[in-house]
Amino acid sequence: MNGKISYWELFINGIFGENPVFRLALSLCPAVAVTNSVRNGLLMGIAVLFVQTMANVTTSLIRKFIHPKVRIPSYMFIIATWVTVTDLAMAAYARDVYAQMGLYIKLIVAFAIILSRAEVFASKNRVIPSFFDGLGMGSGFMLALVIIGFFRELLGKGSVWGYQIIQTNPLLIMILPAGGFFAVGILMGFFNWIDMKYFGGKGAGGAGGH
Amino acid sequence: MEFSRLFELFIAASLINNFVFTRYLGLCIFFGVTRRMETAVGMSVTFTSVMVISAALNWAIYRFIMIPLGLGFLEIVIFIGVVAGFVQAADTIMRKVSPGLYYKLGIYLALITTNCIILAVPLMNVAEAYNFIESIIFGLGSGIGFSLAMVIMASIREKLELADVPRAFQGLPISFILTGLIALAFLGFSGLIKL
Repeated sequence: MNGKISYWELFINGIFGENPVFRLALSLCPAVAVTNSVRNGLLMGIAVLFVQTMANVTTSLIRKFIHPKVRIPSYMFIIATWVTVTDLAMAAYARDVYAQMGLYIKLIVAFAIILSRAEVFASKNRVIPSFFDGLGMGSGFMLALVIIGFFRELLGKGSVWGYQIIQTNPLLIMILPAGGFFAVGILMGFFNWIDMKYFGGKGAGGAGGH
Repeated sequence: MEFSRLFELFIAASLINNFVFTRYLGLCIFFGVTRRMETAVGMSVTFTSVMVISAALNWAIYRFIMIPLGLGFLEIVIFIGVVAGFVQAADTIMRKVSPGLYYKLGIYLALITTNCIILAVPLMNVAEAYNFIESIIFGLGSGIGFSLAMVIMASIREKLELADVPRAFQGLPISFILTGLIALAFLGFSGLIKL
């Protein structure tokens, strides 16, 4: 980045251009599938957003002091530190959600997306652009989680954010573990289809997966 | 009886709470290496052994270093350091001692360091307050369960190459839906034992 790209573009890039879940197909790991309601998705998303932003800022601040040979372990420890902060804060302030998702909050540390942004972007850029890159990537992730949570809660319980909307027998399968896989698979296929139909993409997105 | 409890723990970790199908962990590796049976098997062997050893190692470090020093809140930072260090050491030792084995499994070792499953095992051991033997059995059960999942998936995906999948669903999307179907089947195990 040579300073010509505005902060707004950096932010938007994370949400649409390189959305971590639907476009880059990174970090498909636990968080995506564990969100069986909008609220869980939002809280998980906030946790990821916070860790991503802070890890980016910290990495960028100390990038000149890290020897290239030990950079990956250093990033890991930076991320692990911020995950610990999030973990302890969540345990203190969001008890009920933490009881369900505590393990997954801790495992944010193993997210490929966070490490890859630290490596690809924050280690080469100044603090402010890194901050916005982290903010964008984190928001993109959060958005994806909320969308997945929305579909699963609507189909599985007939409600959105706890409010009952549909009064029929819901598809219980969608809030069970198996439903998470269906929801993600169908949404990814849908995004690919839109990409192919309207943007001339080749489809078969997310062949990599990490 | 002690033995029956360990057996229950093993069954629970491998089948009922299968890492892939009910806990969603290790999906990155799961989708990454199950394109071919050979890599899936290689990965299974490496994973299971690393999981058992890291469960034992982290249990000892937690019990004898972190508890006495009151460092329990640093579990994430310390476990990830221990796992990364251990995998690096295994990599170096294997390269010197057994180049043949290294040639076969070395690439998988490199991928393991920051994997969610490897880190989840010691974290769960701490959360459930397992003792030494239980920790090892839990690690072994989880490893076997993960291997089972990968072998099932690899054999299905080999067949899938001949199937006519809609273009938008090729690659990852169809794999996710397949995994969902297998997860449904694994739901059947949930009534096997009571914990």
